[in-house]
Amino acid sequence: MNLSILFSKPFQKIARDGLWDNNVVLTQNLALCPLLAVTGTATNGLGMGLATMVVMLASNATVSVSRHLIPSEIRIPIFVLLIAALVTLVDIFLNAWMHELHKVLGLFIPLIVTNCVILGRAEAFASKQPVILSMWDGLMMGAGFTLVMVVLGAVREITSQGTLFANASVLLGEGFSFLETTFIHDYKGFLLTALPPGGFIVLGFLVAAKRMLDIKLSAAKKTVTEIVPESVVNGGEL
Amino acid sequence: MNTKLEYKQTVSWILHLIQQIRQRLKIWLDPVLLEQLRPQLQFQTSVLAGFALLAAILLGLADLATRGVIQQRLQEDLQTNLDQVIPAAMHDNNLLADSVMIDSADAKLGALQTEVYLAKMHGEVKAVCFKFTAPDGYAGPINLVMGIDSNGEILGVRVITHVETPGLGDKIEISKSKWVLSFNGKSLDNLTVEQWAVKKDGGIFDQFSGATITPRKVVQAIHRGLEFYRSHQTELLNSTK
Repeated sequence: MNLSILFSKPFQKIARDGLWDNNVVLTQNLALCPLLAVTGTATNGLGMGLATMVVMLASNATVSVSRHLIPSEIRIPIFVLLIAALVTLVDIFLNAWMHELHKVLGLFIPLIVTNCVILGRAEAFASKQPVILSMWDGLMMGAGFTLVMVVLGAVREITSQGTLFANASVLLGEGFSFLETTFIHDYKGFLLTALPPGGFIVLGFLVAAKRMLDIKLSAAKKTVTEIVPESVVNGGEL
Repeated sequence: MNTKLEYKQTVSWILHLIQQIRQRLKIWLDPVLLEQLRPQLQFQTSVLAGFALLAAILLGLADLATRGVIQQRLQEDLQTNLDQVIPAAMHDNNLLADSVMIDSADAKLGALQTEVYLAKMHGEVKAVCFKFTAPDGYAGPINLVMGIDSNGEILGVRVITHVETPGLGDKIEISKSKWVLSFNGKSLDNLTVEQWAVKKDGGIFDQFSGATITPRKVVQAIHRGLEFYRSHQTELLNSTK
């Protein structure tokens, strides 16, 4: 396959949507359950984000392949069945062949099923679009999710423990131990950001920052081109 | 010569089969045909049943393929855990191969029978260790392993698996916090029954900020484990194989 296809218009739009414009967390405000449960540290956020991305890629691919086969009346049970099976497969395989990683992430893998955004993308995108586009969408939505997870995890970890990417070597292998940094030594800790309410508060700041940046950007664009962009598509809600 | 011919025949047969399947799939997965089929109730039922069957087969195969590997990984984990709670200098035998089954239905250890591993030096039991469960953890059962020396003092406790809240209850893991080390050296003799509790309940063990239930249940389970050991102490220490 020619890689230049990834820079074509629809692919670019999907990437923009997934990473920024229609970001799972910041714009659609979905997937908050796993988000707040897991982002105590940046490493956990990264691991959960990557696992979610894999599941989303696979679920979008299978849904898209069988999209002509699935009657709309029973699509939701079939999607749920597929996603649950995929998550279980990821769980089993990680346990067998990446046991160390599973010990870190094992707690969170079943939480992926609760991630409504996977069902949302299957419903809103993969059930109507060709396979390659759907897989790209799953990858990009997953990447956008991972991005927010890591940023949120990093902010919460620094404020609550004074470290960043603690235990990264357990997740990614010894080669990544350089990521583990301690910002504040002998830090007493700020419990609020370690707890779920603190996660909500930090998330609120992130959403606000994104909105502010969007307004600034569109204002700058207006003054340059005098065109109102109609590109903000909210196609992601379930 | 003959085998080469057979090989070629097999390859061409497989290619032919793939070709046929592709053609069939093209007919079966024809969007126009499926458009007509989709509203039919029989079709919908079969599709749902088909997907369920597919998922069941996939999961079954994955389970078959990984069960042995996972079992082996768990054995390795157990070995690592046993090594953590029983110092290597205390025994010269293979712990996994030297164990007795003890009836533990009354001990509330989460199992009807508990396998107790015996650490022996020159044939004499120096320490024992066993896996047990706190069935009433905050989010689910907490599986533990504990080593006890012949005087009834704890050599070490480790959490094997649990589903407690990440960031709060998971401080019972040695990789997250040194909390489980506070049990080392404790026994039924050097602490009173009241002291075997978290500080909030008047005991001597720390709870975690934001999570009291998890450490409380772990302390209670360890206490039950010690009582279980005491009631079988003579039996265990005299067991030779």
